[in-house]
Amino acid sequence: MAQQINVALVGNPNTGKTSVFNRLTGLNQKVGNYPGITVEKKEGLSKLGRGKKAHILDLPGTYSLNASSVDENVVIELLLNKNDKDFPDVAIVVCDVENLKRNLLLFTQIKDLGIPAILAINMSDRMQRKAISIDIPAMEARLETKIALISSRKNEGFEYLKELISNYKNISTKACMDATVIAPEYFERLKRTFPNQELYKLWLVITHDVNFGKLDRNEFKGVGSFQIESTGTLKRLQQKETIKRYQFINETLKETLFIDTANAKDLRSRFDRVLTHKVWGYVIFFGILLLMFQAIFDWSSYPMDFIDTTFASLSEWMMHTLPPGDFTNLLAEGIVPGLGGIIIFIPQIAFLFLFISVLEESGYMSRVVFLMDRIMRKFGLSGKSVVPLVSGTACAIPAIMATRNIENWKERLITILVTPFTTCSARLPVYLIIISLVIPEERIMGIFSLQGLTLMFLYFLGFASAIVSAYLLDKVLKIRNRSFFVIEMPNYKVPMPKNVVITVVEKTKSFVLGAGKIILAISVILWVLASYGPSNFKKAESLVMEANKGNDISQKELEAKIASFKLEHSYIGIIGKGLEPAVAPLGYDWKIGIAIVSSFAAREVFVGTLATIYSVGSEEKETIRNRMAAEINPILGAPQFNFASGVSLLLFYAFAMQCMSTLAVVRKETNSWKWPLWQLFFMSSLAYIVALGTYQILN
Amino acid sequence: MPTIASLKKGQKGIIKTFSLDLVPLKLLEMGCLPGNEVTLVQLAPFHDPLYLNINGSHLAIRKEIAAQIEIELIP
Repeated sequence: MAQQINVALVGNPNTGKTSVFNRLTGLNQKVGNYPGITVEKKEGLSKLGRGKKAHILDLPGTYSLNASSVDENVVIELLLNKNDKDFPDVAIVVCDVENLKRNLLLFTQIKDLGIPAILAINMSDRMQRKAISIDIPAMEARLETKIALISSRKNEGFEYLKELISNYKNISTKACMDATVIAPEYFERLKRTFPNQELYKLWLVITHDVNFGKLDRNEFKGVGSFQIESTGTLKRLQQKETIKRYQFINETLKETLFIDTANAKDLRSRFDRVLTHKVWGYVIFFGILLLMFQAIFDWSSYPMDFIDTTFASLSEWMMHTLPPGDFTNLLAEGIVPGLGGIIIFIPQIAFLFLFISVLEESGYMSRVVFLMDRIMRKFGLSGKSVVPLVSGTACAIPAIMATRNIENWKERLITILVTPFTTCSARLPVYLIIISLVIPEERIMGIFSLQGLTLMFLYFLGFASAIVSAYLLDKVLKIRNRSFFVIEMPNYKVPMPKNVVITVVEKTKSFVLGAGKIILAISVILWVLASYGPSNFKKAESLVMEANKGNDISQKELEAKIASFKLEHSYIGIIGKGLEPAVAPLGYDWKIGIAIVSSFAAREVFVGTLATIYSVGSEEKETIRNRMAAEINPILGAPQFNFASGVSLLLFYAFAMQCMSTLAVVRKETNSWKWPLWQLFFMSSLAYIVALGTYQILN
Repeated sequence: MPTIASLKKGQKGIIKTFSLDLVPLKLLEMGCLPGNEVTLVQLAPFHDPLYLNINGSHLAIRKEIAAQIEIELIP
């Protein structure tokens, strides 16, 4: 077997670590999750030449090894655990040439762990413009390492970096400084007790009261007795450590890094003057939001229509071409419409991630956070809640994971709890189909389409309920928390197309695969439940014939009667009838009841369920909308989807917590069942009450 | 004693002292240490948060924390 070198990529956020990863691995990468937590795990293979290969692991960005979030925990957990299969033979610490001072803090900590570390100084293409020069040999000597000057934008320096990885055994494992001078006696005592361990490793285990999941505890047995009594002393030592490290870095850089400030050109301040302006800043931000919504809801409608018709005709083609039988029915009535229901979201999700990744890569997102923080805080949120709330319009799952960088637990919790109110793309198909059924196709003053305005109102409603509930939660939740908030304002950069494309492809893929599995499973289950039933179901034909004996009805009408009799006596019909008393006051029949229950797994299942229920047993391929329009409520003797029941349904979906995956993510991110259950109860009751009130008033 | 929160736009100061119980370690790690120079780059509406340049690092913090960090103004 060819030799494979384990490499870990570490670095501060905003150093271009991910673009270095993309350059090293190309498209030869895979994105998964660390077991048990929703932290993204990115790994890939890099060919080093001469038959050597490197397994590259892109660790979450962190400012230091003093972890304060799950993402950062992943980094120390790996670097402390020699038995982990991913434990690095060599670490690459990625730095930004313009922020070397701050970036080197992490480097000195990694060196203290005794892991060979290569320093990769990125964005070297900016050195000339910023009038920066570095004395590489002197810096290498001071930091006990090898340095590669690289530019992922210009693809420079990577050959040398790969050469350094190949020869990692030549890289020193010595620390470049001695941080133990902050408390010599304490560390001396520690050293005597654990002569074979790196002191810094022990120090990390002592200072973190978090539970390092996979860490081999035996290795650090007895460390507990070295616990520092008061957290005050501990904090002071950590502060001393940080100051000590910065002292070392300042001395090093004074001798090795030269910046000619007179020749440096500064674009940052010119951009900032406009983008963080108290008027223009907001105007530009709302302009960008408008453009984003335009892209998501207008431009993506073309590919979406195409996907919709393609799947409808595929289904029809299967019915006509494949040999008739249960399998063909399952395929054409269950699986294909189910798959179509998820693939149709790809254009929207892709557009959303395109915008978000461009805004983040360019450094603009931090400015938005800066501008919005004060306003959001009035509602118990943080400026950093803007990203989750905006991403929530595509899908609440990535949005909730994006709350991780909110330092304040109360603000983070509120953001997590209210994000599912924003109108996610799964609500869209439900809204679209019901609006087209119950809202007249008229224009107000000849310009604004009434249907369009209704949709806009629903988006506004989603956002407003998020903000209002945040405000209420802020008043209700008794969590004392310091208003800690810090955000780096990175340099402006032109986003690299390769990075943007990789992000969009990866995020879209994981959304489709994740949601796709659930939807596929549900559509199969539903199809089975609708296609089989107990005794009455099996005798449907004879029973219906019997009942209509003597009546003068055509063959076609008879078939329709048989089909609807079958459906009512199938398993799904029996369950639905049982549910009817609960949903009838809201204006729904048992079929809608089934659709609501099955769409608890995911909202978009609603349309798919009705499609499955209505298409089982029928011959001609009608669109779902026409089938729904033709549906008659037997009790009322009028169309089932009328104005009152339609509006009631729209509002039900605006508020209801109909998404299992979101609940699962909330459970993981809050580490308790309390919050997701609370969320489920609150949102569902609100939805039920509002829908009930609406129907009773409008009817 | 002036603090970071009392800086005017464009004004500079040298960080003196602050209480560790009120200022989180993360801020220190980002370069906010005694002896370092701090410049107020930009203010959001209502003077909160503050966009700073500390020791060459650009970051934004809230007024509440900024008011805990004492400085000496550079004229």
